[in-house]
Amino acid sequence: MRNARQAPWALVALTALVALFMAAPIALSVMAGLVNNYSVGLQSGFTLRWLGEVWENYGSTVTWSLTLALLCVAGNLLLGVPCAYALARSRSRWARLFEELLTLPVAVPGLASALALILASGQLSSFRQSFAFILVGHMIFTLPFMVRTVGSAFQKDELRSLEEAARSLGAGFAQRFLGVLVPAVLPAIVAGSLMVFTLSVGEFNLTWMLHTPLTRTLPVGLADSYASMRIEVGSAYTLVFLLVILPVLWGLQAVGNFIEKHHGT
Amino acid sequence: MSAGHGGFAPSRALLAACAAPAVAFFAAFWLLPTALLLALPARQGWATYFAVLTHGRYLQSLLQTLGLSLAVTLATLVLGALVGITLARQRFPGRQLLLSLLTLPLSFPGVIVGFFMILLGGRQGTLAGLTDALGLGRITFAYGLAGLFLAYLYFSLPRAIATYTAAAGAMEAQLEEAARSLGASRWRVARDVWMPALAPTTLACGAIVFATAMGAFGTAFTLSAKFEVLPITIYDEFTNYANFALAASLSIALGLITWLVLWLSRRWAGTSAF
Repeated sequence: MRNARQAPWALVALTALVALFMAAPIALSVMAGLVNNYSVGLQSGFTLRWLGEVWENYGSTVTWSLTLALLCVAGNLLLGVPCAYALARSRSRWARLFEELLTLPVAVPGLASALALILASGQLSSFRQSFAFILVGHMIFTLPFMVRTVGSAFQKDELRSLEEAARSLGAGFAQRFLGVLVPAVLPAIVAGSLMVFTLSVGEFNLTWMLHTPLTRTLPVGLADSYASMRIEVGSAYTLVFLLVILPVLWGLQAVGNFIEKHHGT
Repeated sequence: MSAGHGGFAPSRALLAACAAPAVAFFAAFWLLPTALLLALPARQGWATYFAVLTHGRYLQSLLQTLGLSLAVTLATLVLGALVGITLARQRFPGRQLLLSLLTLPLSFPGVIVGFFMILLGGRQGTLAGLTDALGLGRITFAYGLAGLFLAYLYFSLPRAIATYTAAAGAMEAQLEEAARSLGASRWRVARDVWMPALAPTTLACGAIVFATAMGAFGTAFTLSAKFEVLPITIYDEFTNYANFALAASLSIALGLITWLVLWLSRRWAGTSAF
């Protein structure tokens, strides 16, 4: 910014206040998960006991959430990337319609999509009781993010010429797609994948409706621990969530910076 | 989406084959289920579709949700714009760190935000400890309207701050300088330069915040607030009363509202937003 001015003190104070409002609960929660007694505070001394208790009671939810998120990314790559290509190249009215429809699960509350899914396939009990049921919900919710992110990368004009050049040199479609197009949009694919991963790990609105006592994810476990465990255990569990999600967010930021630097926006 | 320069285009069959898996998946697990959901209330008569308007309890829940979401949206936009503009203008050490801290909660599920409010204003919360030490008794705010409002605000502020910081950073500085050199007051600059420049951002961001607040389930669920919101009403109808047709009818109403708000904002702004 050229000629940045000193902002009025009231704005600076407000910004500081908002920052405190955003940061204080995170700090409190991290502290509460590591001290012996939240009501007493730091004087009660630090402990890893609560983290151990979380691992004992909810360890499986962490592994399942990570597995689901990875599967969700894989599913998005298989279904979403080719779909993004088709939507970017197609001029048909049906493509535009599908593009619109695809974003509906994001516009409509997760609760409604989950109810619909339960009504439609709730009777298929082996499906209903498996993690696949949750995976399907996560896929529906995340697909538009992947398709949109990768689709806008596919639309670049340079890419069309590149594809045309590859074709005129005799490359078949599979060769063009995997050898030329996918590498060219790789940063967008990585960014989309990290986004999908984050959304899947944190998804609650759909998942709470879709889960069963035997298929619980991290946020489902969190809700359970908040309702039934001591405040220290809930905090320690929240800390586990932060530890899972932070590296992915940093990765997302790094990819964002990379795209900006190398591809220009 | 414009198709750019002509000439080369992959064949229709090829494109259809590329899209087919996603289309089949989406049709099987969203379009078909949603069609069933849309048809369900009809089984109990057409009046079921309007239950949200005709039953006092559901109408109250809807109005409460609308009011809360509107208040949260306004507060989020005002605070987000002010903080965003400040952050876009100021250069200070640790600015990037502060920005990433402020946007970190974007990835939190609503349940965590609800829990944060319990840490601040619940029975064992910071405020309760403070007021207890002052001899005022343990004051709580987490389980009522104030807790819900602050939780929703916490949930939506990161998005608004990130959006406004980006938009204000891209704003033309010359126009503002010109206005200032012509003797415009701070307030006039804000009204005549900033507000028009940030109007599209406000529209898009406001629609998303409102729609998210309307559909927020995890936060209200964790706080199990005395102030009932529509997603909780739907959840109760479905799980506690097994009243599927009614739950479907209320979901349709809720989905229609959020979709319409997002659609209108896109229409007006001419850009996509989600």
